[in-house]
Amino acid sequence: MSRKSFRFVSRWPLSFGSAAPLIGLLLAGLVNGAELPSIDGKIETGIKEYTELSRERPVDKSVTSLDPHKDKSTTDHSKLKELQGPFKSGPEVTKACLGCHNKAGDQFIHNKHWTWSYTNPKTGQHLGKSVLVNNFCTNARGNTGMCAQCHAGYGMKDYDSYDFNNQENIDCLVCHDSTGKYYKLPPTRGNKACAVLFEGQPPIDFTASAQSVTLPGRNNCGACHFFGGGGDNVKHGDLSSALFHPSRDVDVHMSEDGENFACVVCHVGEGHEWAGSRYNMLAKDEKGTGKPGGMPRQTATCESCHGNTPHPNNLMGVKLNDHTDRVACETCHIPAMARGGVATKVDWDWRTAGRTRNGEGYREEGYIQGNGEARHTYKSIKGSFKYAENLKPIYRWFNGTVRYTEVTDHFDPGKPVEINHLEGSPNDPDSRIWPFKRMHTWQPYDKGNNTLVYMHLWGDDEDAFWGNYDFARAIKRGMAEAKLPYSGEYGFVETYSYWPQNHMVAPKEQALQCQECHAKNGRLADLKGFYMPGRDSNKWLDIGGILLVLATLGGVLLHGLIRILSSRSRRTH
Amino acid sequence: MAIHEVKIFNGFERFWHWTQAALIFILLFSGTGVHGFHHLLDFEQLVWTHVIAAIGLMVLWVFAIFWHLTTGNWRHYMPTTNGLFRVARYYAWDIFKGEDHPYRKHFWRKHNPLQAISYLGLKVFLFPLLWLSGLAHLSYGLWQNGPLTNSTLEWVALVHTGAAFVMAAFIIIHIYLLTTGHSFIDHLKPMITGFDEVDLDPEEEAYLRKDEPWRIK
Repeated sequence: MSRKSFRFVSRWPLSFGSAAPLIGLLLAGLVNGAELPSIDGKIETGIKEYTELSRERPVDKSVTSLDPHKDKSTTDHSKLKELQGPFKSGPEVTKACLGCHNKAGDQFIHNKHWTWSYTNPKTGQHLGKSVLVNNFCTNARGNTGMCAQCHAGYGMKDYDSYDFNNQENIDCLVCHDSTGKYYKLPPTRGNKACAVLFEGQPPIDFTASAQSVTLPGRNNCGACHFFGGGGDNVKHGDLSSALFHPSRDVDVHMSEDGENFACVVCHVGEGHEWAGSRYNMLAKDEKGTGKPGGMPRQTATCESCHGNTPHPNNLMGVKLNDHTDRVACETCHIPAMARGGVATKVDWDWRTAGRTRNGEGYREEGYIQGNGEARHTYKSIKGSFKYAENLKPIYRWFNGTVRYTEVTDHFDPGKPVEINHLEGSPNDPDSRIWPFKRMHTWQPYDKGNNTLVYMHLWGDDEDAFWGNYDFARAIKRGMAEAKLPYSGEYGFVETYSYWPQNHMVAPKEQALQCQECHAKNGRLADLKGFYMPGRDSNKWLDIGGILLVLATLGGVLLHGLIRILSSRSRRTH
Repeated sequence: MAIHEVKIFNGFERFWHWTQAALIFILLFSGTGVHGFHHLLDFEQLVWTHVIAAIGLMVLWVFAIFWHLTTGNWRHYMPTTNGLFRVARYYAWDIFKGEDHPYRKHFWRKHNPLQAISYLGLKVFLFPLLWLSGLAHLSYGLWQNGPLTNSTLEWVALVHTGAAFVMAAFIIIHIYLLTTGHSFIDHLKPMITGFDEVDLDPEEEAYLRKDEPWRIK
């Protein structure tokens, strides 16, 4: 553990330095009955986050295209005179890239990975990292100095003042580098306590990276997407570092023992736009493979390769094909989430955030995951967490439309708020039963206005929560920066968010058996509003039927008994 | 009129009866399992057992219906009130007084009036109800997106389940009635050997003796 981490007392005036942790403790105590975390696990002091994103990644030689001529690229980038460098910075490399790929820049500046902004054509909602509130670290807005570590551009210190037309700030390498040594750091250095994040990083060899460019492998996409929510598999449940080199039973498509697919084989695209965004999903793909010969279609659905009747042409296959109109492929073929030894976060309690030891923030290990690594169950900067692995998904009717609770939406804090509400019902022919990870969180909200809030977590200032542990100031600043109304009073509200499960598709022999769902207390026990054999029966019919059978049995037994008794009495007379 | 040992259940009829009996037991076992009353097999195994047994039974029925129509055996099941009351009174009362069954099998009337009307009900009402609801359930994938939807499936399932309960009750009574009369074996034997005691008039006897001597002992 680093001894260099920042101590409050030495940094701030005494009055504040001693009060802030006290307030934090008091707050935590008020909400949570002064329950201090157990000290079974290893405890480290200081702030050390997101280092997984900046370490060397295992490089994969994944299949990036279903095109049989994939290995017949016409260009060896390492021989190009434009790429001989030497390059001293990312933008210099980008300039060289755009020198030949002169339409790529314009293509990419319209991509979500650059804009962090998306308007859903179905709901009209303005989505994207620049505006949404989630129930993990809650908001990138106002924290871009940290969160833009995963922005596919250079130097986005502040979203509102960033020049989104400067194509030279596009980060080509984060997606196209194949050395595995390229990394990104947060654009700003944040509070002094976070300095450890930036320590001991080897210099980036921009020239070697530039000459190594290929289509993105699993390690390129995975460098950010496997660590969403602030750590390995924290957010999605089906996207973890286990997918860099998964075994066949973890992911039949991505395993080197299976198809060895890169992400882009399914997330197909052209012109720097690709399919498969969670914001606007295709929950029921009736076009299938798009015959004749339309493959690959510009969609990331299972059906776009496997078709709508993927099971073999036998009795069982026909019955299974009968299910595809109402049950998503993922429902049966992803039997459990967070497989392969990496746990996912399922519960987050911000109410306990802000506790300190000797005036210093700390974190505590309390969960050993399948691959032997310890996970933190408490962090002063974030609160308490619970993890799960090999977890059964929850199931919902889903038609692909997701309605988010925007930061301006008012809600009833008396019941859990759905961060993203899934639309769909058994009566909607476009809906199918889908598997989801459900994230449960207690997070701050505006008690006066009953809205979600932006928190100012990251920054080298007196308001950043990651340093001063004061929700009141962090929320006030976060809302003010976004020019949003804030009542000045915050509380904590229960929230749920839903994460569709699409990855970690298991080999077919591990697909769910019928009785997993077709049973009284099966996986679909809490999905109401439709009849399902094996699960549903009419109580009154069952009672009536059993009574009929019992009455018949009783009747014949009585009849038989009277016959025996009457024949005896005849014999004795 | 005289009682003779006459072969009234030929080979096909006995094969039909016993195969049907076996299949109905398999269907009751697998059906109650699918319904969730027991878990002696997986849902998948239960469903396929049920489906294959049902298809087998329907094939058998195609042959049986053909046989009924072409051989004229359907006549045994024509309902009649003639003697119905006496048979009913026998089972409700006279049987306890040790009296003999009022009905004698005739060559073209091998079921007593109560039997005939019961079997007729079974064949024209209960079985078709089971077949039709079962086929509708089995073919759900073909009609679920039409005007009929999932809520219709629930009704199909209710009808099928309800009819199955009635079927179970029928079997209990059917087996119990074998114990009436002389003995269980006496009632069972005709469906094994084909021979039962039949009241023949002289013309019938003469006909059998001359033209079908193997049918009369």
